[in-house]
Amino acid sequence: MNWKTFLAMLHRDAHVARRNFVTLLLQTLFQPMLLVFVFGRVMTSSGLITPAYKSMLLPGIIAIAMLLSGVWSVAMPLVSEFQFTKEIEDRLLAPMEIEWVAVEKVVAGMLQAIAAGAVVIPTAWLVMGRGVELSFASPLEFAGLVILVSCLAASVGLVLGTTVGQGQIGLMFSLVIAPMIFFGCAYYPWSALETFPILQKVVLVNPMVYASEGFRSTLVPRFPHLPKGGIWAALLFFDVFFLSFGLRQFRRKAIL
Amino acid sequence: MAIGITAKDLRKTYTSPPPTAAGGRGFGARAGRRGPKPKYEVRALDSLSLEVAAGEIFGLLGPNGAGKSTTVGVLTTRVRPTSGQAWIGSHDVWRESVAVKRLIGVVPQRPNLDLALTAREVLTFHGAYFGVSAAERTRRAQDLLERFQLTDRADQLLLGFSGGMLQRLSIARAMMHEPKVLFLDEPSAGLDPQTRLLLWDLVRRDNERGTTILLTTHNMEEADALCSRVAIVDHGRLIALGTPQELKRSVPGGFLVRVHLDAFPSGLLDRFEKIAGVTEVRAAAGEGSVDLYADRGGALVPEIARLASEASVEIRDMRISEPSLENLFLHHTGRSLRD
Repeated sequence: MNWKTFLAMLHRDAHVARRNFVTLLLQTLFQPMLLVFVFGRVMTSSGLITPAYKSMLLPGIIAIAMLLSGVWSVAMPLVSEFQFTKEIEDRLLAPMEIEWVAVEKVVAGMLQAIAAGAVVIPTAWLVMGRGVELSFASPLEFAGLVILVSCLAASVGLVLGTTVGQGQIGLMFSLVIAPMIFFGCAYYPWSALETFPILQKVVLVNPMVYASEGFRSTLVPRFPHLPKGGIWAALLFFDVFFLSFGLRQFRRKAIL
Repeated sequence: MAIGITAKDLRKTYTSPPPTAAGGRGFGARAGRRGPKPKYEVRALDSLSLEVAAGEIFGLLGPNGAGKSTTVGVLTTRVRPTSGQAWIGSHDVWRESVAVKRLIGVVPQRPNLDLALTAREVLTFHGAYFGVSAAERTRRAQDLLERFQLTDRADQLLLGFSGGMLQRLSIARAMMHEPKVLFLDEPSAGLDPQTRLLLWDLVRRDNERGTTILLTTHNMEEADALCSRVAIVDHGRLIALGTPQELKRSVPGGFLVRVHLDAFPSGLLDRFEKIAGVTEVRAAAGEGSVDLYADRGGALVPEIARLASEASVEIRDMRISEPSLENLFLHHTGRSLRD
């Protein structure tokens, strides 16, 4: 393993992210903020939804923001670099095993997802106004979840970026990412699906469920959520699954 | 110290469409989705062996699809051969790919530069990937930008760069970590004559510093001007190997006169063969032409015309080529390099 090369690539990604800071910020923040404003402010202020919903919604918004930015920051460059601009070749020819090029992409994606989460929490808090009550009683648990969720987002991005074709990016977002978010228990707790017993079982294959429920379990533990042991086990499982599958796909794309 | 390249019995069969550089893969959906997927199989390399000496400029000459880019792909760790082995110096390309990547610089057929960076950053980050220290990579980047005449745009993003500038920057990038072996895949494709001359000069100067260079081209003028030895490849096989002079001398006669006729009466070809100076006559009736290999060119024209008019055959076109790699390729494959 060649750390110098690995760090240089990470440095390159940070450099490019800094250059595109405003675009990235809008890209990751805008959509969650619209949701926060409509559901957390408009609906609660008008009395259509109880104010307690605000606290329930915020963990889901963090999960969405992290997922979107992690997937986006890994998948989009990979799709175009592998298929169109071939920019990735310079890094594939750097003196390092090519799997580490993919790992570097995942680490960079994780950092972006974490940054997105860090920006979303205070912003959403501000947008929703009074009445949001988050508990940071167990910071280690929260940090652990942040790492698992960011790794999940970046690994899903790696899989999509190495599997999806140039012409199918739009389709990827409407057929994969949108259902992941809407059936990801971000806007409602998993227990709210009790009235749809089949759906409630089916959504358990959606890794996003464990991200939303995980943040809910540590930030607003008074709301119903899946058992913590199950959440952590599922997140670990999906991390390993998507990362190993993504690495395999990456190798297949990189070596002809 | 300069190091060489060895390839032994390389075979490569693609089971999925090869990359753009090696075959041209389009975008969009596959036509005809119904039914079983047609089995895709393209044999790009067919037992190709090469020995490139340390410090030489070696050319791979062949038409599009001959297997040149695949050969470069295998030698630069990017394409896994179906069978066979290759070494850069003493390092096995497949088993010691990281060590090999340190030794080589690659200029791809199509620029693959990092579009999110400026020209200078392309160079400095590339240097950083190879562990070049910060001070040293700043110095080298400045030096290369000057040598490649890119200083005035050095700190701009690459979006507005012309094809020639991108190509120059690609080569500068490949030299950034001072590789022992430099691969150039069709380096002058799409360049204007002036830039091509600059490029040749830069390649020669890099070679003088001890870099072994392998370049692919379908331009025989380029192979002639740059290479100490040339291998002619077609259909993934080595057809001929030698210095450009040796190869040109190996064409019977050296000159090629291609005559297009409207008919081929029997006996005419035999009479062509008896013309003084003609060493070989080959008919390519499908194309309505006959190739005369000879030790002279223009001097044959009156005799050919006389024989044709005696046989009441009309000459539609006649072309004389001087001894060249192009003729050599035609002689060995029956096809032109541009086909």
